[in-house]
Amino acid sequence: MRQASRRRALSNVVVSLCGLAVVLALIPLVLIFIYVIKQGFSSLNWDFFTKMPKPVGEAGGGMANAMLGTLWLIAIAALFAIPVGIIAGVYLSEYRGSRFASLVRFTADVLNGVPSIVIGIFAYGLAVLPVHRFSALAGGLALGFMMIPIITRTTEELLNLVPPTMREGALALGATRARAAFGVMVPAALPGIMTGILVALARIAGETAPLLFTSFNNRYFTTRLDQPIASLTVQVYTYAISPYDDWHRQAWAGALVLVAFVFVFSVLARVVTRRLERMHRG
Amino acid sequence: MTKTSSSRRSADDRLFRLGTGFFAFLVVLLVAGIAYELFRDSRLSLEKFGFHFWRTTTWDPVAGQFGALPFIWGTLYSSFLALLISTPIALGIAIFLSELAPRALRTPLAFLTELLAAIPSIVYGLWGIFVLVPMVRQLEVHTPDWLKKIPLLSGPPLGVGMLSAGLILAVMVIPFTSSVAREVLKAVPATQREAAYALGATRWEAIQAALRFGRTGIMGAIILGLGRAIGETMAVTMVIGNNPKISPSLFAAQHTMSAVIANEFTEADTDLYLSALIEIGLVLFVITLIVNALSRFLIWSVSREIKAKAPKASAVISTRPEAAA
Repeated sequence: MRQASRRRALSNVVVSLCGLAVVLALIPLVLIFIYVIKQGFSSLNWDFFTKMPKPVGEAGGGMANAMLGTLWLIAIAALFAIPVGIIAGVYLSEYRGSRFASLVRFTADVLNGVPSIVIGIFAYGLAVLPVHRFSALAGGLALGFMMIPIITRTTEELLNLVPPTMREGALALGATRARAAFGVMVPAALPGIMTGILVALARIAGETAPLLFTSFNNRYFTTRLDQPIASLTVQVYTYAISPYDDWHRQAWAGALVLVAFVFVFSVLARVVTRRLERMHRG
Repeated sequence: MTKTSSSRRSADDRLFRLGTGFFAFLVVLLVAGIAYELFRDSRLSLEKFGFHFWRTTTWDPVAGQFGALPFIWGTLYSSFLALLISTPIALGIAIFLSELAPRALRTPLAFLTELLAAIPSIVYGLWGIFVLVPMVRQLEVHTPDWLKKIPLLSGPPLGVGMLSAGLILAVMVIPFTSSVAREVLKAVPATQREAAYALGATRWEAIQAALRFGRTGIMGAIILGLGRAIGETMAVTMVIGNNPKISPSLFAAQHTMSAVIANEFTEADTDLYLSALIEIGLVLFVITLIVNALSRFLIWSVSREIKAKAPKASAVISTRPEAAA
C-alpha cells in the first residue's frame, strides 16, 4: 500500500502544479493591466485626445492625429478585407468538401501565422516601393491582409453552425444557391460574423510592425491615401524608445487607450459568442 | 418547373461557385504574392552573397557587409528559450482547465489566460522596457560572481538582452499553446480516462493517458507557439538590446531577424541593404510557413484519429485563441 499512497501523493503534486501554472500566467496579465492603468490614467488628459504632438523636447501635446490615423487605417483595411473575407468564407462553407476549399482553408491558416512584419514588407513592395513614398494606403493594405484570414475562417465556421435545413428549405422554394447563401445563411450567421469582424479589428488596431515602413508616421493628420499617416501604435513605439519622460508618459496613455479598445472588443465578442452558443443549443 | 428556368438556375449556381471561388482564390493569391515579392525584392542580396549570407557574422551596412547569422541565432535562441519557459506552464493550464478546474471556473479562467493573446505586442514591449527590464537588471546585478563565470550568465548587467526577450516571448506564447492543447485534451474521448480510472489509476495517471492519446496534437500546439515566437517583432525588439553579436549568454544584448527588419528598414539607404533585409524577411516567411504547416498537420491528424476512434466526439480543433475565447 506504500506504493499506492506514493502514487496518490504524486498525483496531488502534479494537480497543484497545474493550478500553479494558471496563477503563473495570470501574474503578468495582472501586472500589465495594473501598470498600464496606473501609468496610463495619470498621464491621460483632455489634451491627449484633442492636441497634436509637440516638437521634440517641448512638453505637452497629445495624440489626436495618431488616434484618428489608426481609425482611418482600420477603415481602409476593413473596406476591402471584410467583403473578401466574408465571400471567401461563404465559398469554404458552401463547397466545404472540395479540394480547392481545403487548399484555401490551409492557406488562410498559414497566412494567419505569417509574421506581421513580413506582411509589412509585402505591402511595402506593393504600394511604397513603386511610388517611393510611405502612404496610408500601404498601411491599410497591410492591415487588411492580416484581417482576411481571420474573417474568412470565422465566417466559414459560423456558417457551418447554421442548420443545413435552412439552406435546403430555401433551395426547395426555388432559390438559387446564391440567394440561399447570401439571403438566408449569411443573415442567420450575421451576429457571429460580426463578432469575427470585431475580433479582427481589435487585433489589427494593436499592430505596429506592419505599419513601421508602410504608413510610417506623420506629425499632422491627413485623410490623403498617398501620404504617410500617424497611428497610435507607431506613436507609442516612437515615444517609448525616446529619452524624454514626457513622451514616456504619453506612451503609457496611448497604451491604456489601446488596451481599453482591445478589452472592450474582446468582451463584446465574448458576450455575443456566448449568446449565440446558448441560442444554438436551445 | 420548365426546362429553361432549371438550366438557368444551374448556370446561376455555376456563376455563384465561380464568383465566390474567385474571392477564396484571392487568399491563395495573397500568400503566393508574398512569396513572389519577397523573392523578387531580395534577389540582389541573394545573388551577391548566396549562402554566405547565412554563414557570416559581420553586419556592417556602411561597409556593405551583410552576414545574417547573428539574427538567425538570436531568433532561434529567444524562441527556444521562450518555449522552454512557456511549454510547461501552457500545458499545466491546458490540463487544469480541461481536466481539473471546477466547471464554473473553466470559462472565466480560459477567457483570462487567452486575454494574454489579445494584448497588443507594443504594450508588452512598453511594459517590458519600463517594468520587466529593470527587474531583470536587478536579478543580473545580484547574480553572484562565481555564477557569472558560466558563459550562460556572463556579461554586464544591462537588463535588456536575451533573458528579457525570452521571458516576454514566453508570456506571449502561452495563450496560443494552452488554448490549442486544451482543445486537444477536450477532444480526447472520455473513455480513455474512464478506462484508466477503471484500472485504478490516480488522477494524474488518467491525465497521462489522455496526454498520451493526444500527444500529436499537443506537439502541434507547442509548434504553433514556436511559430508565434519566431515571428514576434515589437516586444522583442524593445527588450533584446538590438546588438548583432552572437553570444551564449542570457544576459547579453542580442538581435533577431524580425527585430532587425523593424529597426533598419526605413534606414536602408542602399538597394543592397534593403535587399539584404528583405532576404531576412523571406527566410522568416519560409521558416514560419514550414512551422505553421507542420503544426496544422499534427493538429489535423490528431483530430482525424479521434474522429476515426470515436465518431461522435467533437474533433474540430481551432488553432486560434481568438476563436476559442
